[in-house]
Amino acid sequence: MTEPHMALSVLTKLNSLSGGLFLLTAFGIIAMRQVLASLNLFVFQSILLAASACLLGFQHGSIHLFAVAGITLLTKSILIPFLLRRTLNQEVYARREISQVLNIPTSLLIAVALTIFAYFLSSPLLSGVVEPSVKFNLPIGMAGLLLGAYVVMVRREAVPQVIGILSMENGAFFASVSIAPDLPLIAELAAAFDVLIIAVVMGLLTRRIHERVGTTDVGRMTSLKED
Amino acid sequence: MELIYILVIPAVTAGLSLVPARRKSAPVLTMLGSLAVFIFSLPVAFRAGRGVEAVAIRNWISCDSLGALVLLLVAFVGFTAAVFSWGYIEKIVAAGNERKIRRYYALYNLFLWSMLAVPILSQVALVWIAVELTTLLSVFLVSFENTPEALEAAWKYVVLTCMGAAFALLGVLILYWGMSISGKGPFTWQGLVTASPGISPMLLKTSFLFILIGFGTKAGLVPLHTWLPDAHSQAPSPVCALLSGIETTTVLYAILRLLPIMQAAPSIHVETWFMVFGLLSVGTAAFLLIQVKDYKRLFAFSTVEHMGIILVAAGLGSSAAQYGATFQMVSHALSKSFCFFAAGSTLLSVGTRDITAVRGLIRTSPVAAVALMMGGLAIAGAPPFTVFLSEFFILKAGLASGHYLVTGLLALFIVIAFCGILFPINRMVFGKPPELTGRTTVPTTSIVTLVLAAIPVILLGLYLPSPLHELLRLAAASLGR
Repeated sequence: MTEPHMALSVLTKLNSLSGGLFLLTAFGIIAMRQVLASLNLFVFQSILLAASACLLGFQHGSIHLFAVAGITLLTKSILIPFLLRRTLNQEVYARREISQVLNIPTSLLIAVALTIFAYFLSSPLLSGVVEPSVKFNLPIGMAGLLLGAYVVMVRREAVPQVIGILSMENGAFFASVSIAPDLPLIAELAAAFDVLIIAVVMGLLTRRIHERVGTTDVGRMTSLKED
Repeated sequence: MELIYILVIPAVTAGLSLVPARRKSAPVLTMLGSLAVFIFSLPVAFRAGRGVEAVAIRNWISCDSLGALVLLLVAFVGFTAAVFSWGYIEKIVAAGNERKIRRYYALYNLFLWSMLAVPILSQVALVWIAVELTTLLSVFLVSFENTPEALEAAWKYVVLTCMGAAFALLGVLILYWGMSISGKGPFTWQGLVTASPGISPMLLKTSFLFILIGFGTKAGLVPLHTWLPDAHSQAPSPVCALLSGIETTTVLYAILRLLPIMQAAPSIHVETWFMVFGLLSVGTAAFLLIQVKDYKRLFAFSTVEHMGIILVAAGLGSSAAQYGATFQMVSHALSKSFCFFAAGSTLLSVGTRDITAVRGLIRTSPVAAVALMMGGLAIAGAPPFTVFLSEFFILKAGLASGHYLVTGLLALFIVIAFCGILFPINRMVFGKPPELTGRTTVPTTSIVTLVLAAIPVILLGLYLPSPLHELLRLAAASLGR
């Protein structure tokens, strides 16, 4: 095997490793009861997203993807956790969520089913695709998206719901670094800015709810509904 | 060049609104700013009606006929709601809390800015961001009154629509992927229509479904509508007019843009998806309307109904039906914003949103009563108002194109919704009051807004000016391949 081939296959393997860990963190966010642990897992997930962007950038020789990795690291693993912890006091993060809508083993089984569903959805798109990175990143990104949506639906605390939404976006971007590596940089920047606004808006709203209603257990706020 | 002004003005007024100056400065500035935006949007719409596309930066900021139509609606409702805000916000915010008022107007301008950006931007990835920003910038307007219910509504609103936005993001990215496989072109709506025959149908279908689910959540399509009645009833009334009247329209605009792109692959059956989702929304909303106890919620459900009607009309496929769809977008935006101004005036004079608590409004507050009755008739589709005309066009086009079942169901649901809206409003206006209460007055700005907003609602039901007709025709033509 020649030198560039070796390097390529190592890069591909490293990318697979970060993809596998990415999926694992998505499962972890579902399984963690403590709010702070889910936040830390989200930070780890964002670092893996940046790693995948870096590896693919190296492979394609694209400075663009390095910029994406840089933006991701800056916003998702530094600014967002900082802002979320700034806006809400420590007590919220130390909280353990005892009553989820479903218990954790059931949740994990559903998560497995969702992952298989993501592969099922993406397999017809991948027929005829040769790039290994697309074959790898697209289904995992889609699974990340679905698992994030699942987190939003089963968690009752406000902060884990925010993390669920942010990890959905992570999933979409994990797919995008492989399928849309040359997306205009202005769109990437705007999207990163947008994710920051999500974190700030939802953090502030959580604080208001905490001040006004006295709880961050948003799953129990059900006064508005049809009779 | 107008397009740049339209994007800059609200951003500037948003900043200026925060400056602690005289009490009246923020509302007046916002009013003047949104009036300027409306004036600038007029030539864009006129030229688009003659088939000239307004271009500021090619492939990034431009506005064709459909975009100009939505832009015109956003600008008009943005202006009337700004006038309405003046008296309304002054009345609901406790005296001395100037900071809260300034914050309201800053957010108002930013929210308006994001909605204006949706039809003006032609780069699809940026359109997605603009749609997402419309949610994020309006969350604190929904929770403005800071009651537990308003906070709950705001939370549901932001969580569900952001979830939807993430799905739509993946859809947009898959579309971009398809575009780059099929060879390079600008990633704009127009570029996608040109390139879509070369994109594999499977890719198109997957991205279509992701975007339909994602943006459908924000447009309030059943079964993803659950947040909409909450947010659209708990927000202050001028904000409701923006949310229900034009925010949903801008999102629906993004969904309708997919129609010509997806028609490139007949195996997707995009028209069928539109008709099924549309009918489901119209039907569910019509039956939910019957049991509503809050009159702002009543109008919110009617928004779900109208989104469904527009989607069905777009899905019927014939050019006459698509003309009906664009006309319905116009009449819904104008009538629904009028309805929320009327509901806001009613709320100011009676102080409750409960339908059963309001009786004999015509005696206590004649202005609000007349407005509410007219709003109810207009939105339910009674002649001679504009919704009647557009719904008539749609049903006629549906029968002409041979979709008898769809048209029949649509007509049935519209009739149910008609009764569901008008019975409670009739009781509120003409019912017998339990005891005689004194007359209450409505702020002058509210009366001015009601008159301003009523003009097109009545006028377009009787007579369609030919520039607008041409604009509607061209916009409808851009919904087909």
